[in-house]
Amino acid sequence: MSRHLISIDDLDRAGIERILDLARSFAEVSGREIKKVPALKGRTIVNLFYEASTRTSSSFELAAKRLSADVVNIRSAGSSVDKGESLKDTVRTLSAYDPAAIVIRSPWAGAAQQITGWTDAAVVNAGDGKHEHPTQALLDVFTLTQALGGLEGLRIWIVGDVLHSRVARSNILAFQRMGATVTVCGPPTLIPRGIESLGCAAQDTLANLGEADVVYVLRLQQERMQEAYVPTLREYAQRYQVNRARLREGQIVMHPGPVNRGVELSGEVIDSDAALIDAQVKSGVAVRMAVLYELLVGAPVLQVVA
Amino acid sequence: MAETRLHRRPARPAELLIRGAHVLDPRTGIDAPHDVLIRAGTIAELGAPGTLSGSSETPTTEAAGRHLFPAFVDPHVHLRTPGQEYKESVETGTAAAAAGGFCQVIAMPNTAPTVDQVSVLDALIGIAREQAVVPTGFLAAITVGLQGRELTEMAALAEAGALGFTDDGRPLVSAGMLRRALQYQRLAGGVIALHEEDPALSGDGVMHEGAVSARLGVAGIPSISESTYVARDAAIARHEDARVHFQHLSAAESVEALAAARAAGARVSGEATPHHLTLTDEDVRGLDSNLKMNPPLRAEADRRAVIEGLRSGVLECIATDHAPHATHEKEVPFEQAPMGTTGLETAFAAVYSGLVQPGVLPLALVVERMTAGGGLYGLPIPRIAVGEPANVVLVDLERDRVVGEGGYASRSQNCCFDGRRLSGVVELTVAAGSVVFASRDAGITTLTEVS
Repeated sequence: MSRHLISIDDLDRAGIERILDLARSFAEVSGREIKKVPALKGRTIVNLFYEASTRTSSSFELAAKRLSADVVNIRSAGSSVDKGESLKDTVRTLSAYDPAAIVIRSPWAGAAQQITGWTDAAVVNAGDGKHEHPTQALLDVFTLTQALGGLEGLRIWIVGDVLHSRVARSNILAFQRMGATVTVCGPPTLIPRGIESLGCAAQDTLANLGEADVVYVLRLQQERMQEAYVPTLREYAQRYQVNRARLREGQIVMHPGPVNRGVELSGEVIDSDAALIDAQVKSGVAVRMAVLYELLVGAPVLQVVA
Repeated sequence: MAETRLHRRPARPAELLIRGAHVLDPRTGIDAPHDVLIRAGTIAELGAPGTLSGSSETPTTEAAGRHLFPAFVDPHVHLRTPGQEYKESVETGTAAAAAGGFCQVIAMPNTAPTVDQVSVLDALIGIAREQAVVPTGFLAAITVGLQGRELTEMAALAEAGALGFTDDGRPLVSAGMLRRALQYQRLAGGVIALHEEDPALSGDGVMHEGAVSARLGVAGIPSISESTYVARDAAIARHEDARVHFQHLSAAESVEALAAARAAGARVSGEATPHHLTLTDEDVRGLDSNLKMNPPLRAEADRRAVIEGLRSGVLECIATDHAPHATHEKEVPFEQAPMGTTGLETAFAAVYSGLVQPGVLPLALVVERMTAGGGLYGLPIPRIAVGEPANVVLVDLERDRVVGEGGYASRSQNCCFDGRRLSGVVELTVAAGSVVFASRDAGITTLTEVS
């Protein structure tokens, strides 16, 4: 594995499996009463979040703390970023604290890659624009592996606003790398031209949803209507909502959160046993512990330094 | 006569003997080694290698093995003066032009303030007469402030020296406004040059819409945002029998639309940039902001169509769209970076390395297209012939160079070819009779020094 985690493309199948193995042991730690291990004691991790985030930022924070790292959380609101400081200057300032890792969430594609040139810290991409969200994909693979034993041969449908989804892009890559076949489905306005070049199939309707073993539902942002991607939430829900009537027995449903209950997913599905949504959130901490451990301890070069 | 519409700082007429260079001028049909003697800035004699000699004081360059072309003409540069001199100035921009082998450049009016009134143009011409290293011409804006709402005083601007009109950097969205401008052009004269992009289709796009933008998750600029405007505006030009030039065409559909309009009799032309001729959206995968420009680098099929357009003459010239931006402006995430790449210093080497060396286009055709851009605006085209003003560039095709390694003459470094190894090194540029660029490699000596 490279020194940073920017894209799922940084990982081959063996790399993903190594993180899954690590995550399994950290999940076990998370089940103990004392949920902390000393792996990163004395090292600093900076969480640099330029976008509001609940799930990702809290789970990265918890993951770092459970590895005994010192954690600094920077959010754009109220920080020097708000005062017009450039990304480069912010990263250089924070790097003066000699952090072992910088976890960055940015509204701009490529930001995580870009800051690797400005810091000695390992960089973890916690979402860059609509580009990628690799730790989400890893926790989704982990969750599916825990539930089903593996992804080999699975047929996975990713349903919804693929155009604006970094989760979709990372998951298409990760699911395929682990042996699944992926179909994306959504209104033609929200399926990017050329997406098939990633190796997935594309469908305009849910007519063949029955073939899916796993249905991965994406969030529909409310503002997509103003931009005329969809006429109304009602029409979207009529055509693309994943609900009990559209699911068959045995299909698994996932969602990266936060869910618009009653829009892309019906309430009864969210609350049913078919949904792995809570398991996904729970996996988040263990998988992010695994990623930080792999980057900061697992890599031989850094082991010498540590 | 037309030369008075170009401006530069005072320069000494050259006395120079270039010995044994392979002279290639597709217009005069020369394609063989020659001695070329420049006397008082004029090409005085052309002779077989080893036959010409100047006086004992004549500076001489032994140029066997190198190529001598008519110097290049760039009908599309951004010199950023007035108002954005931290990116470029008339002096640094034209020094970059000289280093790239150009003897004429034409600057765009999207400055701050915009070149939309005579006083601004007058001031700019004054600056060029003090600073411009190579003869520089100016286009004025079509609409006030490039806002697309009111016409500029086109007739007065033409009289003050504007070679033509453009709102470059922005499309003229209103077809009605374009039609008025084309009607008024009959009075004002000058070519109207258009940046074609339907903003309703390009939206907040930052790169070509296709497989790469789908992978990267950045908003795309579809080819149709350009081609539909080319088709629309060519139809209006034909209706008004107006002379229209399409700037920096990037999409296969645009080349097709231009070819169709020309076949139907419209008086329209087009230009291609070195970057659209040699790079594609595949090169943008790393989200390097130096590769962000408008129009964007498109797909391989588009690149091929632009090359074919250049070959057939549908696109009649190469233009760099040299667009300098400061490092701090480009050193931000791709989506936030301003659009534009510098191009003057790399134009020939990029096209030579990308298209001539692999055998895609013949060298003579590339030289023809790199010297044709001023002709659009009625400027005399540089030629290598006895009695012509000396406008020549000496190039070593055998040597290569890593772009940016020795720095840039431009004030900005945002070159899309930065870090690439390109063949074809410019050693000497003579513009309007004066030596404007001579690298150490040109080895100019006077005979007295030698003996």
